[in-house]
Amino acid sequence: MPAIQSPVSEEVHPDVALVARAKAGDTAAFEQLVRQYERQIFRVAQHITQNREDAEDITQDAFLKAYEKLEQFQGNSKFSTWLVRIAVNESLMRLRKRKTSKTVSMDEDVQTEEGSIPRDFAEWRPNPEQQYNQAELGDILRKTIQGLPPGFRTVFTLRDIENLSTEETAEALGLSVPAVKSRLLRARLQLRERLSRYFRQKKEGQPA
Amino acid sequence: MNCTDLLSHLTDYFDEQLSVGLREEIRVHTSGCQHCKVVLDTTHQTIEVYKGNEIYEVSTELRERLHTAIMSKCLKK
Repeated sequence: MPAIQSPVSEEVHPDVALVARAKAGDTAAFEQLVRQYERQIFRVAQHITQNREDAEDITQDAFLKAYEKLEQFQGNSKFSTWLVRIAVNESLMRLRKRKTSKTVSMDEDVQTEEGSIPRDFAEWRPNPEQQYNQAELGDILRKTIQGLPPGFRTVFTLRDIENLSTEETAEALGLSVPAVKSRLLRARLQLRERLSRYFRQKKEGQPA
Repeated sequence: MNCTDLLSHLTDYFDEQLSVGLREEIRVHTSGCQHCKVVLDTTHQTIEVYKGNEIYEVSTELRERLHTAIMSKCLKK
Protein backbone atom coordinates (compact mmCIF):
# COMPACT_ATOMS: atom_id res chain seq x y z
CA MET A 1 0.00 0.00 0.00
CA PRO A 2 1.55 3.25 -1.03
CA ALA A 3 2.37 5.68 1.77
CA ILE A 4 0.05 8.64 1.93
CA GLN A 5 2.04 11.75 1.29
CA SER A 6 1.21 14.73 3.43
CA PRO A 7 0.55 17.85 1.37
CA VAL A 8 3.51 20.19 1.13
CA SER A 9 2.42 23.55 2.46
CA GLU A 10 4.35 25.95 0.29
CA GLU A 11 3.40 29.58 0.64
CA VAL A 12 2.04 30.95 -2.63
CA HIS A 13 2.90 34.57 -3.40
CA PRO A 14 -0.28 36.68 -3.60
CA ASP A 15 0.82 37.99 -7.02
CA VAL A 16 0.31 34.52 -8.51
CA ALA A 17 -3.48 34.80 -8.19
CA LEU A 18 -3.47 38.40 -9.45
CA VAL A 19 -1.40 37.45 -12.49
CA ALA A 20 -3.71 34.52 -13.24
CA ARG A 21 -6.74 36.81 -13.07
CA ALA A 22 -5.01 39.44 -15.22
CA LYS A 23 -4.13 36.79 -17.81
CA ALA A 24 -7.81 35.86 -17.92
CA GLY A 25 -8.65 39.46 -18.82
CA ASP A 26 -9.40 40.92 -15.39
CA THR A 27 -8.07 44.48 -15.77
CA ALA A 28 -8.77 45.28 -12.11
CA ALA A 29 -6.25 42.58 -11.14
CA PHE A 30 -3.65 44.05 -13.50
CA GLU A 31 -4.36 47.50 -12.10
CA GLN A 32 -3.65 46.20 -8.62
CA LEU A 33 -0.27 44.90 -9.80
CA VAL A 34 0.44 48.31 -11.29
CA ARG A 35 -0.41 49.98 -7.96
CA GLN A 36 1.89 47.61 -6.11
CA TYR A 37 4.95 48.15 -8.27
CA GLU A 38 4.70 51.52 -10.05
CA ARG A 39 6.77 53.36 -7.43
CA GLN A 40 9.48 50.71 -7.39
CA ILE A 41 9.71 50.60 -11.19
CA PHE A 42 9.90 54.40 -11.36
CA ARG A 43 12.70 54.49 -8.75
CA VAL A 44 14.70 51.77 -10.54
CA ALA A 45 14.36 53.60 -13.87
CA GLN A 46 15.34 56.92 -12.32
CA HIS A 47 18.38 55.41 -10.60
CA ILE A 48 19.62 53.88 -13.84
CA THR A 49 18.85 56.76 -16.22
CA GLN A 50 19.29 59.61 -13.69
CA ASN A 51 16.56 61.41 -15.56
CA ARG A 52 13.03 61.98 -14.33
CA GLU A 53 11.31 62.32 -17.71
CA ASP A 54 13.00 59.16 -18.98
CA ALA A 55 11.98 57.34 -15.79
CA GLU A 56 8.33 58.35 -16.31
CA ASP A 57 8.37 57.10 -19.91
CA ILE A 58 10.15 53.88 -18.97
CA THR A 59 7.66 53.14 -16.18
CA GLN A 60 4.77 53.47 -18.61
CA ASP A 61 6.52 51.43 -21.30
CA ALA A 62 7.55 48.69 -18.87
CA PHE A 63 3.99 48.14 -17.66
CA LEU A 64 2.65 48.28 -21.20
CA LYS A 65 5.18 45.66 -22.26
CA ALA A 66 4.32 43.51 -19.24
CA TYR A 67 0.61 43.79 -20.11
CA GLU A 68 1.23 42.81 -23.73
CA LYS A 69 3.51 39.90 -22.81
CA LEU A 70 1.62 38.66 -19.79
CA GLU A 71 0.89 35.38 -21.54
CA GLN A 72 4.64 34.76 -21.82
CA PHE A 73 5.17 35.09 -18.07
CA GLN A 74 5.49 31.49 -16.93
CA GLY A 75 5.79 32.16 -13.20
CA ASN A 76 9.29 30.69 -12.94
CA SER A 77 10.35 33.87 -11.18
CA LYS A 78 8.41 36.38 -9.12
CA PHE A 79 6.22 38.73 -11.15
CA SER A 80 8.06 41.70 -9.60
CA THR A 81 11.47 40.33 -10.70
CA TRP A 82 10.16 39.85 -14.24
CA LEU A 83 8.83 43.41 -14.22
CA VAL A 84 12.12 44.82 -12.90
CA ARG A 85 13.96 42.96 -15.67
CA ILE A 86 11.76 44.65 -18.29
CA ALA A 87 12.34 48.06 -16.68
CA VAL A 88 16.13 47.54 -16.47
CA ASN A 89 16.27 46.59 -20.16
CA GLU A 90 14.17 49.61 -21.12
CA SER A 91 16.40 51.85 -18.99
CA LEU A 92 19.64 50.54 -20.47
CA MET A 93 18.18 50.96 -23.95
CA ARG A 94 17.35 54.57 -23.11
CA LEU A 95 20.91 55.16 -21.91
CA ARG A 96 22.23 53.65 -25.14
CA LYS A 97 20.10 56.04 -27.18
CA ARG A 98 21.46 58.96 -25.19
CA LYS A 99 25.09 57.93 -25.68
CA THR A 100 24.99 57.14 -29.39
CA SER A 101 28.67 56.31 -29.76
CA LYS A 102 29.04 54.15 -26.66
CA THR A 103 27.40 50.88 -25.73
CA VAL A 104 25.76 50.67 -22.35
CA SER A 105 25.31 47.20 -20.96
CA MET A 106 25.67 45.27 -17.76
CA ASP A 107 29.09 44.17 -18.98
CA GLU A 108 30.42 47.66 -19.38
CA ASP A 109 32.83 49.12 -16.83
CA VAL A 110 33.71 45.82 -15.22
CA GLN A 111 37.33 46.29 -16.21
CA THR A 112 37.74 49.45 -14.18
CA GLU A 113 39.55 49.04 -10.91
CA GLU A 114 38.68 52.53 -9.73
CA GLY A 115 37.63 52.54 -6.11
CA SER A 116 38.02 48.77 -5.75
CA ILE A 117 40.99 49.14 -3.44
CA PRO A 118 40.17 51.21 -0.36
CA ARG A 119 42.27 54.32 0.01
CA ASP A 120 40.40 56.41 2.56
CA PHE A 121 40.69 55.13 6.11
CA ALA A 122 39.08 57.96 8.06
CA GLU A 123 36.13 57.14 10.30
CA TRP A 124 32.79 58.83 9.66
CA ARG A 125 32.15 60.91 12.73
CA PRO A 126 29.70 62.23 13.60
CA ASN A 127 27.48 60.03 11.45
CA PRO A 128 26.14 61.40 8.10
CA GLU A 129 22.66 62.19 9.50
CA GLN A 130 24.26 64.30 12.24
CA GLN A 131 26.59 66.11 9.84
CA TYR A 132 24.00 67.13 7.26
CA ASN A 133 20.30 67.98 7.14
CA GLN A 134 18.02 65.74 5.07
CA ALA A 135 18.06 67.92 1.94
CA GLU A 136 21.86 68.22 1.95
CA LEU A 137 22.24 64.52 2.59
CA GLY A 138 19.85 63.72 -0.28
CA ASP A 139 21.94 65.88 -2.63
CA ILE A 140 25.16 64.16 -1.58
CA LEU A 141 23.69 60.67 -1.99
CA ARG A 142 22.21 61.52 -5.41
CA LYS A 143 25.43 63.12 -6.66
CA THR A 144 27.52 60.23 -5.43
CA ILE A 145 25.47 57.40 -6.92
CA GLN A 146 25.24 59.32 -10.22
CA GLY A 147 29.02 59.03 -10.51
CA LEU A 148 28.98 55.23 -10.47
CA PRO A 149 29.23 53.39 -13.82
CA PRO A 150 25.69 52.26 -14.89
CA GLY A 151 26.44 48.55 -14.39
CA PHE A 152 27.48 49.04 -10.78
CA ARG A 153 24.73 51.59 -10.10
CA THR A 154 22.10 49.13 -11.29
CA VAL A 155 23.33 46.25 -9.12
CA PHE A 156 23.55 48.48 -6.03
CA THR A 157 20.06 49.90 -6.69
CA LEU A 158 18.39 46.50 -6.97
CA ARG A 159 20.26 44.83 -4.14
CA ASP A 160 20.75 47.55 -1.53
CA ILE A 161 18.04 50.11 -2.28
CA GLU A 162 15.20 47.94 -3.56
CA ASN A 163 16.16 44.97 -1.37
CA LEU A 164 16.03 42.29 -4.05
CA SER A 165 17.94 39.15 -3.05
CA THR A 166 21.22 38.36 -4.78
CA GLU A 167 19.46 35.61 -6.77
CA GLU A 168 16.59 37.93 -7.80
CA THR A 169 19.10 40.62 -8.80
CA ALA A 170 20.98 38.08 -10.91
CA GLU A 171 17.74 37.01 -12.57
CA ALA A 172 16.58 40.57 -13.22
CA LEU A 173 19.91 41.50 -14.80
CA GLY A 174 20.65 38.27 -16.64
CA LEU A 175 23.88 37.83 -14.68
CA SER A 176 25.30 34.95 -12.67
CA VAL A 177 25.23 35.14 -8.86
CA PRO A 178 29.05 35.47 -8.64
CA ALA A 179 28.93 38.33 -11.19
CA VAL A 180 26.32 40.14 -9.07
CA LYS A 181 28.40 39.65 -5.93
CA SER A 182 31.53 40.95 -7.60
CA ARG A 183 29.80 44.05 -9.00
CA LEU A 184 28.05 44.68 -5.71
CA LEU A 185 31.33 44.62 -3.81
CA ARG A 186 32.86 47.12 -6.18
CA ALA A 187 29.78 49.34 -6.19
CA ARG A 188 29.73 49.44 -2.39
CA LEU A 189 33.47 50.15 -2.16
CA GLN A 190 33.34 52.88 -4.79
CA LEU A 191 30.41 54.56 -3.08
CA ARG A 192 32.15 54.30 0.29
CA GLU A 193 35.28 55.91 -1.12
CA ARG A 194 33.33 58.76 -2.72
CA LEU A 195 31.14 59.38 0.33
CA SER A 196 34.23 59.52 2.54
CA ARG A 197 35.03 62.88 0.96
CA TYR A 198 31.90 64.26 2.62
CA PHE A 199 31.60 62.19 5.79
CA ARG A 200 35.19 61.62 6.92
CA GLN A 201 36.02 62.79 10.38
CA LYS A 202 37.49 66.28 10.20
CA LYS A 203 40.87 66.74 11.82
CA GLU A 204 41.24 69.33 14.59
CA GLY A 205 41.26 72.86 13.17
CA GLN A 206 40.24 71.67 9.69
CA PRO A 207 37.27 73.61 8.25
CA ALA A 208 34.12 71.56 7.77
CA MET B 1 43.11 36.23 7.34
CA ASN B 2 44.80 39.23 5.70
CA CYS B 3 43.33 42.50 4.36
CA THR B 4 42.85 41.12 0.80
CA ASP B 5 41.05 38.03 2.13
CA LEU B 6 38.76 40.28 4.14
CA LEU B 7 37.81 42.31 1.07
CA SER B 8 36.99 39.14 -0.86
CA HIS B 9 34.53 38.12 1.87
CA LEU B 10 32.93 41.53 2.29
CA THR B 11 29.80 40.95 0.16
CA ASP B 12 28.97 37.68 1.91
CA TYR B 13 29.72 39.29 5.26
CA PHE B 14 27.14 42.05 4.75
CA ASP B 15 24.64 39.64 3.25
CA GLU B 16 25.06 37.36 6.29
CA GLN B 17 26.15 34.47 4.12
CA LEU B 18 29.41 33.73 5.94
CA SER B 19 30.10 30.78 8.18
CA VAL B 20 30.54 31.40 11.90
CA GLY B 21 34.23 30.54 11.50
CA LEU B 22 34.86 33.17 8.81
CA ARG B 23 32.91 35.81 10.76
CA GLU B 24 35.13 35.10 13.73
CA GLU B 25 38.25 35.39 11.53
CA ILE B 26 37.01 38.81 10.36
CA ARG B 27 36.35 39.89 13.94
CA VAL B 28 39.87 38.85 14.99
CA HIS B 29 41.45 40.59 11.97
CA THR B 30 39.58 43.87 12.45
CA SER B 31 40.38 43.95 16.16
CA GLY B 32 44.03 44.31 15.14
CA CYS B 33 43.71 46.21 11.81
CA GLN B 34 42.33 49.72 12.08
CA HIS B 35 42.17 50.22 8.28
CA CYS B 36 39.98 47.14 7.77
CA LYS B 37 37.85 48.09 10.76
CA VAL B 38 37.16 51.49 9.17
CA VAL B 39 36.45 49.94 5.73
CA LEU B 40 34.01 47.50 7.33
CA ASP B 41 32.26 50.20 9.40
CA THR B 42 32.04 52.81 6.66
CA THR B 43 30.91 50.30 4.00
CA HIS B 44 28.16 49.27 6.41
CA GLN B 45 27.26 52.95 6.87
CA THR B 46 27.23 53.41 3.08
CA ILE B 47 24.63 50.67 2.68
CA GLU B 48 22.57 51.93 5.62
CA VAL B 49 22.55 55.59 4.57
CA TYR B 50 21.16 54.63 1.14
CA LYS B 51 18.63 52.26 2.64
CA GLY B 52 17.47 54.89 5.12
CA ASN B 53 17.04 57.82 2.74
CA GLU B 54 14.71 57.62 -0.23
CA ILE B 55 16.56 59.86 -2.66
CA TYR B 56 13.98 59.76 -5.43
CA GLU B 57 10.67 60.39 -3.78
CA VAL B 58 7.54 59.62 -5.74
CA SER B 59 4.95 62.26 -4.82
CA THR B 60 1.24 61.39 -4.75
CA GLU B 61 0.72 63.71 -7.72
CA LEU B 62 3.43 61.99 -9.79
CA ARG B 63 2.16 58.55 -8.81
CA GLU B 64 -1.41 59.37 -9.84
CA ARG B 65 -0.25 60.85 -13.15
CA LEU B 66 1.87 57.77 -13.84
CA HIS B 67 -0.90 55.40 -12.85
CA THR B 68 -3.46 57.08 -15.11
CA ALA B 69 -1.02 57.09 -18.03
CA ILE B 70 -0.11 53.41 -17.58
CA MET B 71 -3.71 52.24 -17.35
CA SER B 72 -4.86 54.33 -20.28
CA LYS B 73 -2.02 52.95 -22.47
CA CYS B 74 -2.74 49.36 -21.45
CA LEU B 75 -6.51 49.56 -21.84
CA LYS B 76 -6.15 51.00 -25.35
CA LYS B 77 -4.53 47.73 -26.41
